[in-house]
Amino acid sequence: MRFVDEFRDPAAARTLLGAIERLAAPDRHHKFMEVCGGHTHTIYRHGIEHLLPANVELVHGPGCPVCVIPMGRVDDAMWLAEQPDVIFTCFGDMMRVPGSNGSLLEAKARGADVRFVYSPLDALALATRNPDRQVVFFALGFETTAPSTAVTLVRARELGVANFSVFCNHVTIVPPLKAILDSPDLRLDGFLGPGHVSTVVGNRPYRFVPEVYGKPIVVAGFEPLDILASVAMLLTQLREGRCEVENQYSRIVRDEGNPAALALMGQVFALRPHFEWRGLGFISQSALRLHDDFAEFDAEQRFAMPGVRVADPKACQCGEVLKGVLKPWECKVFGTACTPETPIGTCMVSPEGACAAYYNFGRMHRDAAHLVARG
Amino acid sequence: MCLGIPGRIVEITDAAGCLAKVDVSGVQRTISVRLLADDMPGPDEWVLVHVGFAMAKIDETEAMLTLAAVQQLGEAYTDELEAFRGSTA
Ligand code: SF4
Repeated sequence: MRFVDEFRDPAAARTLLGAIERLAAPDRHHKFMEVCGGHTHTIYRHGIEHLLPANVELVHGPGCPVCVIPMGRVDDAMWLAEQPDVIFTCFGDMMRVPGSNGSLLEAKARGADVRFVYSPLDALALATRNPDRQVVFFALGFETTAPSTAVTLVRARELGVANFSVFCNHVTIVPPLKAILDSPDLRLDGFLGPGHVSTVVGNRPYRFVPEVYGKPIVVAGFEPLDILASVAMLLTQLREGRCEVENQYSRIVRDEGNPAALALMGQVFALRPHFEWRGLGFISQSALRLHDDFAEFDAEQRFAMPGVRVADPKACQCGEVLKGVLKPWECKVFGTACTPETPIGTCMVSPEGACAAYYNFGRMHRDAAHLVARG
Repeated sequence: MCLGIPGRIVEITDAAGCLAKVDVSGVQRTISVRLLADDMPGPDEWVLVHVGFAMAKIDETEAMLTLAAVQQLGEAYTDELEAFRGSTA
């Protein structure tokens, strides 16, 4: 068990792995989905998939916010970035995501004023420093980041910053989970719930998973031991015939989430009737737009954006990867046409994307695991 | 961008605007604590910082352990810290 030595507490890891082995019914194959890209990163970084017994499999879910942005929205972002007088701001991860005419990084090389920011507040500060320019922020992410955008907009209104707007692409976690549970492609035995999203939404929104679909879900932290502990909790539930929402990450996540953040989101955002997800298609009530009260800050209203729907590239199998149907290395272009340097799909761009995480770490662990198995 | 990094509150710089100075691995910058307005953190308390916002309070032991784990992520951590350092809202 060479990888275990990298863990915070190798002895605890060994204990948990022992428990997992005992709990996993030998005559069954257990398939759990880790919802969050942060989990995927940890799993590949620490070779966890090779530490688990062969009949306990982790599949990746749709929880990487950069990965789920469809090509049409990237094209809209490019269009905005190329408008005269616009300073277009986004998170660093988003810069290399390919649209149908290159990435924002390439738009920048062609002369567009694209800047990456650490925080939406930095974009707002840029607007106050450049009153004669239009500053647009490319907002994306699940409920983890949406409250930050909400606070920034409230702040923009307080300060009366007229040259600031937001291109809103925030999405919510529950609808894609439902879509995956409804999809016939995949038979899952349970979920590792997203840790940081849950600091905001709490544990209650996941109740439908056991109640409607009869599957257990354990909200999990991001350290390797958290992942192992959560897998053990899922297996315990199955063993005992229970099916509940459990919280492994209770040191950070409270049952009720963060009510202040939820209230701010309610004030600033409204649900879109439907939204397109990369590879998953349109999912109803799965994304947020700015509330009418904040329409003055809505880039989609301020600019006459083309808003053209663009099909995902043919070679790209990100949808299959995002649904957990394919493993990254099973995509035809993985590691050949599609690499972190020249990504075709989104999952290869963000470090939280399954393909990038596997490309960077997973392959080594896989090779090492095969060597160990042979030796 | 989904990474949360533990930071120690140095001081509340603007109580009305909910701004605080935090220290993340020796790098200091201003973040917003508005999402914790119901239970405002004070100096020397630890918070989980995400895109320039304190998301949750954490205790010191947890902060240290999380920091050690996040540092193990290598590039993802240094990129995040670089971004954190680079901007001064
Ligand atoms: S290898 Fe590239 S194209 Fe294939 S699923 Fe991954 S990111 Fe998408």
